[in-house]
Amino acid sequence: MVPLWMYLIVAAGMFSIGVYGVLSRRNAVAILMSVELMLNAIIINLVAFWRYVTPTNMSGQAFAAFVFVVAAAEAAIGLAIVLAIYRNRRSTVVEDVNLLKG
Amino acid sequence: MLELNPQTIAFFIFAVFGLGGALGLVTTRNLIHSALYLILSLFGGAGFFVLLSAPFLAAVQVLVYIGAIAILFIFAVMLTRGMTRLKEVVNRQWWASAAVGAILFALLLTGVILPVWGDGGTNPNQPPTDLVATTEDLGVALVDGNQYVLPFLVSSLLLTGAMIGAIVVARDQEVS
Repeated sequence: MVPLWMYLIVAAGMFSIGVYGVLSRRNAVAILMSVELMLNAIIINLVAFWRYVTPTNMSGQAFAAFVFVVAAAEAAIGLAIVLAIYRNRRSTVVEDVNLLKG
Repeated sequence: MLELNPQTIAFFIFAVFGLGGALGLVTTRNLIHSALYLILSLFGGAGFFVLLSAPFLAAVQVLVYIGAIAILFIFAVMLTRGMTRLKEVVNRQWWASAAVGAILFALLLTGVILPVWGDGGTNPNQPPTDLVATTEDLGVALVDGNQYVLPFLVSSLLLTGAMIGAIVVARDQEVS
């Protein structure tokens, strides 16, 4: 099989690209997509370590399944907030959402 | 050192899917294209799960991530019409963000290629055994009282709360 570090490097690349997307994009929907990308990289890491370190133990896959649940909840709530902001302010650009800015 | 068998070739194809989709996601101007690149990237992840002999997670990735979350993103893009054609897709600090991403990747890369790996290190390059826990084991572990039944129940509560919260937040206020 492919050595473990190759999976880790691909996941690290996806995570770093996701960090760049979260920090640089202006549209809130694009930011949420980048967050999903980061969560996906984390799941790949979890499953890769599970397969290469403790493949007979269920912990890695169970944790990955819980990350799936959290990602789904995060996407639903995040997009609901984005839609509410868009309805109130006619914009999803995060710099326009500055009501609490002093 | 890396023999060229179908598994290796599949790994590289899925790696190109995952990383190429990720790069396309953060660079594309059109948000619908971003969502399609997200689907490509998630599909690469599903392929990794197949290669890592976790077929249930691969199916969940396709069903939940691609089938539900990515489609939800496309709906959100369509509902926030007019936001897909921003003149500036990145903010003024995008170069700092790129530097943070590059430094983070360099740090992670250092951690990965340090000599704790491989035969002399503590972590294996190859799986210790071809014996792999099956989907049935995962199902048992999720409802076993000694393993993950409490996190399982808490996650179902989290999903219920998220569903109710999403409905409350996104509801049109004038309806009531």
